[in-house]
Amino acid sequence: MKAFALIIVILCAGLLIYGTSDFPPWSDPESPASTHVSPYYIEHTIEDTSVPNIVTSVLADYRGFDTMFETIVIFTAGIACFFLLRVTKREDHESRLYHHLVTGVTLRIKEGGKLPDESEEFRRVDTEWVPYSLIIKITCRLIVPFIMLFALYVIAHGHHSPGGGFQGGVIIGAAMILFAISNDLRAAILRLSEKMATFFCSAGVFIYAGTGLLCLLLGLNFLDYGALAKILFTDPVTARSHGILAVEIGVGIAVMGVVVSIYYNLSSAGKHDEGL
Amino acid sequence: MNPGQNDIIILMVVAPLFASIIVPIVGWRAKKLCYSLTILAVLISLFSSLITAKTVMNHGPVQYYLGGWKPPWGIEFYIDHLNAFIAVVVTFISFLGVIFSKTNVENDLPNKEGAFYSLFLLLITGLLGIVLTGDMFNLFVFLEVASLSSYALIAMGEKGAMYASFRYLLIGTVGASWYMLGVGYLYIVTGSLNMANLSELLPALYQSKTILVGFAFILFGVGIKMALFPLHAWLPDAYTYAPSAVSAMVAPLMTKVMIYVVIRVIFTVFQPEFTVDMIQATSILSWFGVLAILFGGIMALSQTDFKRMLCYIIVGEIGYIVGGVGIANATALKGAIFHILNDALMMVCLFFVAGMVMYRKKGHRISDFKGIFREMPFAAIIFTVGALAVIGVPPTGGFFSKWYLLLGGIEAKHWGFVVALLISTLINVALFARVFDKGLYVHGHGSDHSSESTDHSSGTLVQKTPLSMWIPAVIVILAILLAGIFNQAILKNIVQFAVPSGL
Amino acid sequence: MGDLAKEFVTTYNYWVYIILMMIGLYAVMVKNNLVKKIIGMNIVQTAIILFFISIGAKRGATIPIIAHGHNGGEHAVHAADYINPLPHVLMLTAIVVAVATLGVALSLAIKIYQEYGTLEEDDIRTQTREE
Repeated sequence: MKAFALIIVILCAGLLIYGTSDFPPWSDPESPASTHVSPYYIEHTIEDTSVPNIVTSVLADYRGFDTMFETIVIFTAGIACFFLLRVTKREDHESRLYHHLVTGVTLRIKEGGKLPDESEEFRRVDTEWVPYSLIIKITCRLIVPFIMLFALYVIAHGHHSPGGGFQGGVIIGAAMILFAISNDLRAAILRLSEKMATFFCSAGVFIYAGTGLLCLLLGLNFLDYGALAKILFTDPVTARSHGILAVEIGVGIAVMGVVVSIYYNLSSAGKHDEGL
Repeated sequence: MNPGQNDIIILMVVAPLFASIIVPIVGWRAKKLCYSLTILAVLISLFSSLITAKTVMNHGPVQYYLGGWKPPWGIEFYIDHLNAFIAVVVTFISFLGVIFSKTNVENDLPNKEGAFYSLFLLLITGLLGIVLTGDMFNLFVFLEVASLSSYALIAMGEKGAMYASFRYLLIGTVGASWYMLGVGYLYIVTGSLNMANLSELLPALYQSKTILVGFAFILFGVGIKMALFPLHAWLPDAYTYAPSAVSAMVAPLMTKVMIYVVIRVIFTVFQPEFTVDMIQATSILSWFGVLAILFGGIMALSQTDFKRMLCYIIVGEIGYIVGGVGIANATALKGAIFHILNDALMMVCLFFVAGMVMYRKKGHRISDFKGIFREMPFAAIIFTVGALAVIGVPPTGGFFSKWYLLLGGIEAKHWGFVVALLISTLINVALFARVFDKGLYVHGHGSDHSSESTDHSSGTLVQKTPLSMWIPAVIVILAILLAGIFNQAILKNIVQFAVPSGL
Repeated sequence: MGDLAKEFVTTYNYWVYIILMMIGLYAVMVKNNLVKKIIGMNIVQTAIILFFISIGAKRGATIPIIAHGHNGGEHAVHAADYINPLPHVLMLTAIVVAVATLGVALSLAIKIYQEYGTLEEDDIRTQTREE
């Protein structure tokens, strides 16, 4: 098997290298890739969409349809993880750990044992228990809001600087995951429930596709944000800029929802009680 | 082209897309509604594809600029006779597949209806997108939507499905990556991603090594996805272990759509003078087709599992179509394109039978077919029609497409293909004779008693085959027969124009 | 030899991506552990991203954000001043696809571990064969 794989790998490499011999030299301004389609984007982005960040304008407008399905790919992954992993049947609980806050004792309750009520006195901790670290908890709790704020900046400022919906959405998701790691999974689910995360996935994609459909209903082609000028009371160019912002927000929400929901499912193997 | 006139085209993709977004949310409250919503969305898609096909037949190819940007800067849907035909096939089969899925989902995937139908719709969206798009990179994105959803759907089958799906995922991802790499190779020397634009730019570059390698990698990538021998290794496991509703849907469609991509790449993006005359890719392809036919047939003979046997038949059928494409004359291509329809129909038919037998007997080994002619006469009829179509008996559509493939092979003097086709027909007869044998003639006294006693003991448990399984099966056998009876109408009105010009 | 060396110097970044991709491909085919296979798959995808990004490079050009702000927007925009944005857009898509595939692959790996109790491919094969 190893020899066979090695032969295939070497054959592929040979073929690919053979193909590179007719490549235009690297970073050549005269290469076809730099002269055929892309100059149009660079030269017309301001007059078409009034978005200086060309990557954003190509991503969300010229090739907006691609990006919509990119969001759909992420959405598919979220649904797929849920579909594969989520255990909906509540089986008899496995052994659990409870922390008695008054005395500081940790109790292990074996399978089938009687569980204490969730109250001020008892707090459930993960079975693979890591000692309670105040420093980590407090630090993360302090950082999380700032990370989220930065994420909003990244989404909103995608028109003018590197950034956009995907990046911002991932940063919010990462903040949520940081919170889940520094506290525990249950604490994160308490703040952003599974259903809410799924709802965000759908809502984000819905905003994107809905914007597209709105354009269709207003009489232009699907995703032609120029049509939004009628309801935004602006000229088509500004309407395109606003349309891009709308879909970026949709992308951000969807990505955030998916990242969080994938994390919930992966970290707890679909049980959503304790993990990582 | 006045705006609004072609909006119906985009509905084909957008209807299942919106439904797939809404269904998981709806699934929390009203599980029943998921099924109806899914059917509604696919029905809209089906109507849209039919109307589009009619427009194309009357007025020629239509374009739809997404976002209003003209290609090559924006993304377009470019629909000619070939796309329109395949789109109808895809929506029609999906429609039947969705109806069929009801019992399977209710029994085997409780509490996950929302996610299941969402993924099912995403799969349909992805497949339709692949068929409609006129942009090479957009095709990759759709390919990933379709693949990701099919990995997840296949994985929820019986024991072993997880591992099969994992292997499919690895191989499929490498295939998709290679496709993307090939597109990158074309992009670096042309600077364009639009298919129509590429076909204008490429002729000047036919001598370039980069183009050759790019073409090869696109073909490798798509070849993996459509399970062309010897890249088929993932297919039998994945489709055998998948839930019956899923295999009835994925097995006929995924591979056919990928064959469409091959036809597109060979004859539209590249011109026949490059692929047929200069590098003779098609003649190499036709020999792979021959190998696939023989290999599929021989492997199918040695299977004891009905679904796995069907999987190897699919490998063989892909060989037919690829061989027809590889022969690259008008007759064979007509046969190949027509065979996409027929093969999709007969495979969906046989997988429906597998699903019904699975439902009644909890298994899909050939031995489970024992006595089905008595116990499930209706399923037996459907099976008979499907089997006759695969063998290629005249009133069914399978005969006519095979006939054109055969004629094309003779016309091109490609005797290897002709012989493989005839051998494979014989093998198919033998294959189905085996199943018939089990179903029809096994009723010795001993087995008679045992089967009756099991009937009595489990009589309360096993319900009759539900209506949601019957209806699509009836429609599909009618479609198989109609495709045969009206073969001339289909060929003259649409398939003939789908054959790429220049052949 | 001189030709080859010259070619290597002008296109070495393409060679690097090919080597990287082949490492990934080899891992996908040969490695026994499923997680290592997933890592190999990711390396393949990353290598392709590297390749596309190389296409976008342009000598003497800057990031594809048009100079704007105070008096910035009034200059005529020359395509030669900004690198090609299209490959970046495409690769944003490819990254997203890679992440999505990774998520699904990992959940499949978890399910496989639950089913077979191992992530080693040969163990899984023996278990399936024994049935």
